[in-house]
Amino acid sequence: MNRDAYGTMAAFASEEAFLGALRSLRDAGYRRVDTFTPYAVEEAERLLPPVRTPIPWIMLAAGILGGGGAFFMQWYACRDYPLNVGGKPLDSWPAFVPVTFELTVLSAALAGVAGFLWLAGFPRLDHPAFSDGRFRRASQDRFFVCIRSDDPRYSRESARDAFRATEPESVEEVPA
Amino acid sequence: MTSPTRSHRAETSRALLAPGQTLASVTRQISDLPLERPHSRFWWIGFLAAFAGVMVLLASLSWVLIRGVGVWGINMPVAWGFAIVNFVWWIGIGHAGTFISAILLLLHQQWRTSINRFTEAMTLFAVACAGIFPLMHLGRPQFFYWLLPYPDTMGLWPQFRSPLVWDVFAVSTYATVSLIFWYVGLLPDLATLRDRAQTTVRRRAYGLLSLGWRGSGTHWTHYSKLYVLLAGLAAPLVVSVHSIVGLDFAIAILPGWHSTLFPPYFVGGAIFSGFAMVLTLVIPLRAVYRLQAMITARHLDLMAKVMMAMGWIVAYGYFCEFFTAWRSGVIFDRYVAVNRVIGPYAGYFWALMACNVVAPQFLWSARLRRNTAVLFTVALLVNVGMWIERFIIVITSLHRDFLPSSWGMYHATFWDYSTLFGTIGLFAALLFLFIRFLPAISMTEMRAMVAAQKGEP
Repeated sequence: MNRDAYGTMAAFASEEAFLGALRSLRDAGYRRVDTFTPYAVEEAERLLPPVRTPIPWIMLAAGILGGGGAFFMQWYACRDYPLNVGGKPLDSWPAFVPVTFELTVLSAALAGVAGFLWLAGFPRLDHPAFSDGRFRRASQDRFFVCIRSDDPRYSRESARDAFRATEPESVEEVPA
Repeated sequence: MTSPTRSHRAETSRALLAPGQTLASVTRQISDLPLERPHSRFWWIGFLAAFAGVMVLLASLSWVLIRGVGVWGINMPVAWGFAIVNFVWWIGIGHAGTFISAILLLLHQQWRTSINRFTEAMTLFAVACAGIFPLMHLGRPQFFYWLLPYPDTMGLWPQFRSPLVWDVFAVSTYATVSLIFWYVGLLPDLATLRDRAQTTVRRRAYGLLSLGWRGSGTHWTHYSKLYVLLAGLAAPLVVSVHSIVGLDFAIAILPGWHSTLFPPYFVGGAIFSGFAMVLTLVIPLRAVYRLQAMITARHLDLMAKVMMAMGWIVAYGYFCEFFTAWRSGVIFDRYVAVNRVIGPYAGYFWALMACNVVAPQFLWSARLRRNTAVLFTVALLVNVGMWIERFIIVITSLHRDFLPSSWGMYHATFWDYSTLFGTIGLFAALLFLFIRFLPAISMTEMRAMVAAQKGEP
């Protein structure tokens, strides 16, 4: 363990080299590995410990709550302030469908975004990875792999060695 | 994956992206638009012209606020007038954006990639223009919140059985979800702009907007799930919004409005006009900013085909209106149908037929479809035609209803036209600002497309 460093980060020029590095790190037994890529690389997800995303459940729950709440609100409103329109029953539920649907969608979407911000830790404008000058290209055309210092196998030398065989463009230690 | 589909996919993506593109080249080309700001003369002339429109809009709205909605041509029997015509027209235009970005995403149509960002922006700005009209048409816009359920001291509630209240929920949900969808899609691109910006001010502005996006594996996992689920929500939403707008009319008992045809007919018309507007905007945009490598001839071809298909749905709607009027045997419905064709507004009807039914038929020819001047003209005509369609629906139904003693004519005033052209100015000004400050094409999705293309044999 090394508390002074966030980890050791390597840059790769191509998706193939990047995936190759992930494979070799997996085989070497590293588990706490971050990746930074300019687009979602599906292969990479399979080579890393799986990340579970509860976003579908958050959105489902919010949708049910929002939709149920909307229906109840309309039902209640028609009782709280009864208006006889054309002799139709007060709880004329088909008329409540549009607003129920709209509020279901609205609640699910807002909760989904809120959940995403929470799970991804946004907004977080500063992060150790940004200290590497090359890191700007992670949002453009380079693929970054970082072995975090909280990995039990981590040491500065072993991380460097682990990257050596994978032909990175650069390897830098990232200060915490 | 079997080999035929594989080679087929390779072929489509080749046609959708000029050869030789790399991650760096698509990133550079797209991010140069907001960062390097090329063609500044075109931009300034265009923006200032649009900004003059914004001033016209502000003046018109101020006059409406000072004198009331009476400065418009609305009166009995035609109380809806331009405000509702323009509202429906603008809301409809927005629909193509959501259709392209959500429904085509779920259907795995790769060709949406280079146009979805721009069309989503178009949706947002069109909805912003649309929202102005019902708000001003209220007459006392300061009381707009009466439409919302809030704890009222007099114990009042909105009338939830009225489609006009459904509309409030539909349009505000649509605006909010479109904004969320657009912003979530922009996040990784804002990070790219932050990383490529040369000046501190821009780096900080884009940095703040990107919320600290790093493109880490965890980010992408949550992000991809959220994005596809938002698309799943937006897809039925886009259908619901114009259906509800259609119900504003269909639930009234007025001849010419009271029809179960309206919701699907309105959705078809919305996507028709939206694709026309996308073509109207994209054709000059790709020419000026030289985006032909990313918005290829194939994109225009596909959009032209979708527009033509939607045109047929709309034409079928026109036919159905006449058929049901005749088949119903109701004298009032029949009269409205006849009045549209030979009544005082017959000129509008024949212009509608020319713009929406005849003009799109030129696109059967592949040669004409590939001619951007022809395609642009047809798209422009469809935009006009769809405005006329809403004019006919609103005006001709209202001006002669059941009782001949209450018939009347509608005459639009200067302020009607100035408000309409003012919103066109606002729409254009917002689009100009958008291409100046934000990436008009999704860099993230283009990079994924480059990578997918490289992976193909």
